[in-house]
Amino acid sequence: MIQNYFQNKKNTITEKMLSLDFLLIFLILSLGIISFFTMYSTEQGKFGYYTKSHIYRFIFFFTMFICFSFVRINFWIKFTYIFYIIVLFLLVGVDFFGVTASGSKRWINLFAFNLQPSELMKISLICFLARYYSKIPYHDIENIKHLIIPIFALFVPIALVASQPDLGTALLIAISGIGVIWLTGFRLKFFVYSSVLLLSLAPVAIAFLKPYQKARILTFLNPERDPLGAGYQILQSKIAIGSGGISGKGFLQGSQSYLDYLPEKHTDFIFTLFSEEFGFIGCLFLLLIYAIIIYRITAIGKKSRNNFAKLYCFGFAAAFFVYVMVNMSMVLGLLPIVGAPLPIMSYGGSSMLAIMLGLSIVMSCKVYNEDQ
Amino acid sequence: MLDQSQIFQNKSKIISRRMFILSMVKIAAFIALISRLFYLQISENLKYRSLSDKNRFREWKIVPQRGIIEDFFGNKIANNTQLFQLHMLPEDVPNIGELFFRLSKIIDFDKKSQNRLLRRLKKRKPWEPIIVFDNLNWEEFSKLNLFLHELDGIKPVVSVARKYSLDGSSSHLVGYVSDVSEKDLNNSEFLRKINLPGLKTGKNGLEKTFNRLMIGEPGVQRFEVNAYGKRIRELKFIKGKKGTGFRTTIDQEIQTYTSGLLKEISASVCVMDIYTGDIITLVSSPTFDANQFVHGISKENWDALINNDKKPLINKPLAGLYPPGSTIKPIVALSALENDVMSTKKLVDCKGSIELYGQTYRCWKEKGHGMMNMRSAIKQSCDVYFYELARRLGVDRLSVTAKSFGLGKKTLENFNEEKSGVVPNTKWKLKNIGTGWVLGETLISGIGQGYFQTTPIQLCVMTAQLANGGYQIKPRIIDNKYTIQNTINAWREEFTNIKNNNNVENPNLKKLYKNKENIKFILDALYGATNEPMGTSYRSRLTKPGYVYAGKTGTSQIRKITERERELKLKNKDLPYEMRDHALFIAFAPYKNPRYAISIIVEHGGAGSSGAAPIAKKVIKKVLDRHKLRKKYQLDLFQEI
Repeated sequence: MIQNYFQNKKNTITEKMLSLDFLLIFLILSLGIISFFTMYSTEQGKFGYYTKSHIYRFIFFFTMFICFSFVRINFWIKFTYIFYIIVLFLLVGVDFFGVTASGSKRWINLFAFNLQPSELMKISLICFLARYYSKIPYHDIENIKHLIIPIFALFVPIALVASQPDLGTALLIAISGIGVIWLTGFRLKFFVYSSVLLLSLAPVAIAFLKPYQKARILTFLNPERDPLGAGYQILQSKIAIGSGGISGKGFLQGSQSYLDYLPEKHTDFIFTLFSEEFGFIGCLFLLLIYAIIIYRITAIGKKSRNNFAKLYCFGFAAAFFVYVMVNMSMVLGLLPIVGAPLPIMSYGGSSMLAIMLGLSIVMSCKVYNEDQ
Repeated sequence: MLDQSQIFQNKSKIISRRMFILSMVKIAAFIALISRLFYLQISENLKYRSLSDKNRFREWKIVPQRGIIEDFFGNKIANNTQLFQLHMLPEDVPNIGELFFRLSKIIDFDKKSQNRLLRRLKKRKPWEPIIVFDNLNWEEFSKLNLFLHELDGIKPVVSVARKYSLDGSSSHLVGYVSDVSEKDLNNSEFLRKINLPGLKTGKNGLEKTFNRLMIGEPGVQRFEVNAYGKRIRELKFIKGKKGTGFRTTIDQEIQTYTSGLLKEISASVCVMDIYTGDIITLVSSPTFDANQFVHGISKENWDALINNDKKPLINKPLAGLYPPGSTIKPIVALSALENDVMSTKKLVDCKGSIELYGQTYRCWKEKGHGMMNMRSAIKQSCDVYFYELARRLGVDRLSVTAKSFGLGKKTLENFNEEKSGVVPNTKWKLKNIGTGWVLGETLISGIGQGYFQTTPIQLCVMTAQLANGGYQIKPRIIDNKYTIQNTINAWREEFTNIKNNNNVENPNLKKLYKNKENIKFILDALYGATNEPMGTSYRSRLTKPGYVYAGKTGTSQIRKITERERELKLKNKDLPYEMRDHALFIAFAPYKNPRYAISIIVEHGGAGSSGAAPIAKKVIKKVLDRHKLRKKYQLDLFQEI
């Protein structure tokens, strides 16, 4: 039964291998290599704990990405609901058995490692929605009854993640979920109404925010408000990026990070360090890599004949784009600080696992394009 | 019913359309990101680069060495000396309680100072060194060094601090330095700019006047620091500049000698070169130890200084105001002669007092001097003669002469505390007191009482200007060979003119007289006052050739003597201290070829002849003894004088 999923019309291994998107693989690999060097620099040129474990993780998950690319797309389609339910259970589990770190309960201890189910939820939600909508005929899509399940599938995990509290991830899940629903062709009116509703709820939402979250929003509106307190991170981040200039301070020369001025430099603010050391040119290069990755994913979706594959690829590309954009905007002071890692570059196992898993599904969409 | 493939197609269509919109959004977002990066990294690069540098560089200033003040012969009056300090680096101390316990076993370190240190520590970062002891003696310091191995985080440091001569003879003149106070910072922009921990600023005297120059420029150590302020490495070291030193015209040996003579009495002595205006001695007594202030004076010592009724903190030669008493008489006489009010030969009969509008004006000699001419009136200091002279002269003409000889205005530029005194005239009274001048006031002005207020240094300048033949001089305390050269050239020219009987106007020397004979007459009369029997300072004369001097005594009343007291014939020493007269004496020496002028005021010292002249005699001898040595240090013009 299982073996069935590995069988395909392209029967030979070589055929399968050749149908891989090598450009995408190359870009992911080069992003990984860039991230090694950046991580190495965050540790002031020492081959330390973060660099080592980042490299091991990347190698492990990259291998997983290549292997899972050969899993038949039908397996993913069948497995989608189960996958979603498992992740949802894990999320609920976090509430009960979660590991608390710096004031929020986001991780669940799975013996060997700490997993952050909210990261996996980003992918499984896209899968779930793509799978759900791929079977609904076009003319029926406007039907309200088809909205009930997606709404639940969307808001239950968002509520769970937001209560951890992890506003950033909740927001990213919401955006990617709503993005997929929109892509299915759902009427624009619905989005307009619901966004009006959301805006009117905003004051109520603010009342539920934690003081540090309120401070972050106020700080975003005026970073110089409290330069040594809440505004410190964003101000130091801007100083680091701005002082990089055109060509940057040079590898291992980023004084802001070297002298510990940068907060969270391994994770959310990794782009800050990168742009301090490699400057405007380096940033353009990095943005280009991300842009091509997003383009490739979209292109795979376009060529896909499978409805699920199409929706999934578009959804994943949109989500990937949102991750990059939210992280960079936040670091550049265009958005308030919310915990949003930069795909592949940031240190963090769950995030890497989620992205690689997402990419392997994209790849299998390409390899098993003929499958229906 | 649409068939399956049509649905699929429609669906693809709408997805593709939305995909296209999404792509546009993505492109727009990427452009936004890039433009933001461009703004931060290229347009605002300079701003953020400087902010980044501000983050990572921190500068530590190093206290510069203060300039040294020397006397005329190069002896250091205000010097820098080694100072033994104890610094502590809090982050290296494993257990502060234990350290305090050990320290208290080695040196005097009581609970009070321990608590004070703890309070100071709270305000500082653990990697900033803190001074535990500012001024240890050698014994304590060496003992500490011996036990250093068991005192972690403690560092003995040899630093530099101000050291003044211990006798305190120049304390008023030099002033003192102390920690920079908040008030100092408010008043001086310079200090605000330069201020650094451990910096001392001049609070008084020359230390204050030349503070800016003497402080020097602090050195700078630039460090790279991390986000927590810890120094990572030294990037740059700029050596500071030592402050400018000053050589004064003071002779420290005479200063010490004079100060010794004045022990325990409230007095001031001023000795001056009558040609160059060089101040040889400027002593105020009683004095204090300026070193106390350098490391913060204790409350007991401060209270003792403040509550002492002899006022040791006041720089009396400059800031003490006294009625000149009879020492003004040479000027009154000169003024009368210059204005042709009275001939020198005119006789006045002194019967002990005169009456004017029903008011009795007494001579100091109750029996009266008998017939007096001008010379004998100066010599014996006859008050009745000078009442008559002043009456004829009038106060306004007197004030003109007095002012031209330097009374009523500041003599030096270097001291904030200097007072200008008062030379009264009719206008002055109307303006400051508000009532018209009364003739009786003219009479008492003629003997230097009433509204007259002078400082000892003014009297010294006055005497010097008489002694040098009536030329204006500018007193100076800082020796500067460039300005002195002009003065010397001017005098050299003048002497040659006199020798050759050329009556040429010298643009660099201002004559204060109309008729040279008048000055000569006054000087001769002063010779009489000291060196002829009946002269008021006859008992204090010097007879050794070359040491003979001429001077005038003065006794200034600080209260009105009542009729009752006169009847009781109270002697001055029977009066309470604060009511006794001030004793004054002015002189120039030697009489032939004069070179130095002196003024002495002994507060509540009684009569000038007994209270001040004997001290003057000793000081003059000392000054003349050292003249030979001083000559060696000076330009050769005065060799023949």
